[in-house]
Amino acid sequence: MSATTRVSHGLNNQRSTVNRLSAENVTLAYDQRVIAEQLSVEIPDNSFTVIVGPNACGKSTLLRALSRMLKPSEGRVLLDGQVIQSMPAKKVARTLGLLPQSSIAPDGITVADLVGRGRYPHQGILRQWSTEDERVVQESMAQTGVAELADRYVDELSGGQRQRVWIAMALAQQTPLLLLDEPTTYLDIQHQIDVLDLCAELHEEQGRTLVAVLHDLNHAARYATHLIALKGGEVIAQGAPNDVVTAGLVEEVFGLRCQVIDDPETGTPLVVPAARKARAGAKADVEKDAEKVAATEAF
Amino acid sequence: MKTASQTAPERTTESAPAVRRRTRVPGGPRALRTPGGLSLRLDLRALIVVVLLVVAALAASVVLIGTGDFPIPAGDVLKTLAGEGTVAQEFIVNDLRLPRVLVGLLVGAALGLGGAVFQAVSRNPLGSPDVLGLGQGATAGALVVIVLMSGSANQVAVGALVGGLVTGAAIYLLAWKRGVHGYRLVLVGIGVSAIATAVNGYLITKADLVDAARAVVWMTGSLDGRDWKQVWPLLWLCCLLVPLVLANARGLRMMEMGDDVSHALGVRVERVRLLLMVCAVLLTAAATAAAGPVAFVALTAPQLARRLTRSPGPNLVPALCMGAALLVTADWASQRLFGDGQLPVGVVTGVLGGVYLLWLLVTERRAGRI
Repeated sequence: MSATTRVSHGLNNQRSTVNRLSAENVTLAYDQRVIAEQLSVEIPDNSFTVIVGPNACGKSTLLRALSRMLKPSEGRVLLDGQVIQSMPAKKVARTLGLLPQSSIAPDGITVADLVGRGRYPHQGILRQWSTEDERVVQESMAQTGVAELADRYVDELSGGQRQRVWIAMALAQQTPLLLLDEPTTYLDIQHQIDVLDLCAELHEEQGRTLVAVLHDLNHAARYATHLIALKGGEVIAQGAPNDVVTAGLVEEVFGLRCQVIDDPETGTPLVVPAARKARAGAKADVEKDAEKVAATEAF
Repeated sequence: MKTASQTAPERTTESAPAVRRRTRVPGGPRALRTPGGLSLRLDLRALIVVVLLVVAALAASVVLIGTGDFPIPAGDVLKTLAGEGTVAQEFIVNDLRLPRVLVGLLVGAALGLGGAVFQAVSRNPLGSPDVLGLGQGATAGALVVIVLMSGSANQVAVGALVGGLVTGAAIYLLAWKRGVHGYRLVLVGIGVSAIATAVNGYLITKADLVDAARAVVWMTGSLDGRDWKQVWPLLWLCCLLVPLVLANARGLRMMEMGDDVSHALGVRVERVRLLLMVCAVLLTAAATAAAGPVAFVALTAPQLARRLTRSPGPNLVPALCMGAALLVTADWASQRLFGDGQLPVGVVTGVLGGVYLLWLLVTERRAGRI
């Protein structure tokens, strides 16, 4: 596993590693609003990479760029050595899957039908539903534990079940790389852990490369094999959680004073925010940051 | 549409499973496979619905051909169509009534399909051409020709087509901001519709009496006096556009799940959407050019078809068949129920569709989607 810290050394035309997915000096912007400039990121193969950072730091934007949802205004995203935008859409979709934050379950769709839609990139007008499709859908539902829900309607499931169904759909795509945008948002703690366990399983047992954006730093530290900390569109640190997560880094990235102790369960870093009184000194900074975030979100 | 787990705050938990469990639709998707590795996906229920709708549309057509000042029994109509009728029957059936029925079928099919595409693209049952003002835009084009140029019927049709296309382009450009989305499209469409209605009102006040009367008849939507000259262009356009739309149906199905998901699945979202919207605008504008703005077929046909098939997905073919069946039936009703063929078909579809629109608004409101 890639426990070593890999930092891109700003080589413009030469790839520093041979990882399948990377962003090279990308500038990311929505219309005129620039989110990140000259950002370079490598996703180590076979890693469970987690991207963390404060709100509006560009985490989701980076993920959108990596999944060719957002075209960088400068720089390039490479998948298997090719510029991702220049590749056929279905070919990319057979290599790289994405579970976005916003997805809509069509009215009256069953679990099996929704998961089956993940087979789209493997299908064509004359190859609409092969035995292989059927097998993969069954397998994906079994892996995510929704096989017994196959005939149920998606809109009558609980939030946790629904998230598993969406993950099953992404699995049915059979991509070696899978990107997940905040897969645990809106779930209660039990289902958050449930989803993360599932991700860890997919990573460890099937050797898929996973990239997830997570809000919870402790979850990130526990599950990630490779952590990327972003702030203001810049990579502040990256590497194995044990090397990266320090009190200094948390203060730098999140503006939060804390202690980092060993997780009693796993030995991974555990962030414990400092008590309110101890943070009083840092409060002014935090407020300034919050204002900045509010201003960008209001835009 | 329900928003997904991520966007909707969670309400239920695993320990309290949903009690409301609907019965599974019999005959869900099945696959037809050949040894060579080809496979087709078939939804049995949708297939049955399509067959029944086609039968209904054809039966209504035969009855409609037999209806009028000179009634002909259905058996004789079929015989005449097979080329075995009397000379009088042949003239009435083949020259007078068949083209009218064919225009009706084609207009209904085009409106049904166009409406289904629009509703699927906007992910909103209200995002149909009637509400978006495509009909009004096409009417404006037609009125310009009638009132300002006193043009012929063919020129009026061209004017309507151009009016529809310009309106479609305007809606797309105004609603476009990183993709056309549900309510923005509907709201922009309502605005465009209001402007077009105002233009139409202005043009009518400008017209002299003869032109104004002609304009008003055209605006109601009528199949009176349609002959083979209207059939052919409409038929060729449908032969071109229907396969083009159906070839993109699978992408459209994916787009129901949101732009991000369909993008991730390898659908070229913007390209498919633009192509489909151009096709749908052309279909709607061509239908309007042929029969005037026949109200509400585009709104109701896809929704009714969906309720019959009970399957998710844009239900394009069922909507197309439903549109054809609806329009021919409404044309029959307008001739039969109100006497003497004086009532234009647009009035019937308008009344029925208006009631349906009210019902739709109420249920959507109840479901909290408006």
